Amino acid sequence: MKQSTSCDALLVSDYMNGNEAALCELITRHKDRIFRFIYSKVYDKDVAEDIFQDTFIKVIRTLKRGAYNEEGKFLPWVMRIAHNLVIDHFRKNNRMPKFENNEDFNIFSVLSDGALNAEKQIIKGQVEEDVRKLIEELPDDQKEVLMMRMYRDMSFKEISEQTGVSINTALGRMRYALINMRKIIDKHNIILTN
Amino acid sequence: MANLYSETSRPERVNKNLVPKEETIRFLLDYSKALSVIDYNKLKFEALLN
Repeated sequence: MKQSTSCDALLVSDYMNGNEAALCELITRHKDRIFRFIYSKVYDKDVAEDIFQDTFIKVIRTLKRGAYNEEGKFLPWVMRIAHNLVIDHFRKNNRMPKFENNEDFNIFSVLSDGALNAEKQIIKGQVEEDVRKLIEELPDDQKEVLMMRMYRDMSFKEISEQTGVSINTALGRMRYALINMRKIIDKHNIILTN
Repeated sequence: MANLYSETSRPERVNKNLVPKEETIRFLLDYSKALSVIDYNKLKFEALLN
């Protein structure tokens, strides 16, 4: 046992000096024991695999940074890292418990993704493009009011101040703009739906 | 005589054939080869070189 730990120390030192083969030897020597230790806590092979990988990523980063103090205790040190990651795993799972679907109930039947999928995004883009083309067909005074209201989010008071017409005129132009757009849509059987 | 209800501790019950996947080991060795730490003015920067 004494010889094994001193060999570990030698391998760690070799690895820190740039010998990659030393890491391979260290992992080969301890992988089964560390993996079984993790599995004995989490009882899930995939989770154990993830924690095993994260453990050695920490080991590699610490050794490469030269932040490891060799005290002849490589394996206990790695076990401690694995143990801490196991605790992190359970803490994370307590905050956000893992839900597994079964035949009776599927979580996705009550959860929905509000974001548009690729197809709906394309359709939305096309509809918006069609609406812009329709707006281009409007008389200039109506187009101006509609653009200010819908695209620049201005109030009718602001529109009247900027265009120099009364609020009522601005409201009327907006109304006619919408009526005219509906007419064009009906006349040409344009379908604007998403 | 009192019954003993103690159970074998979990690590001993773990299947001895359980080992990490070969690809995980390969990933770690590749990660180690790709990782380089650059020292600069007492700062350490990590770089993953592919």
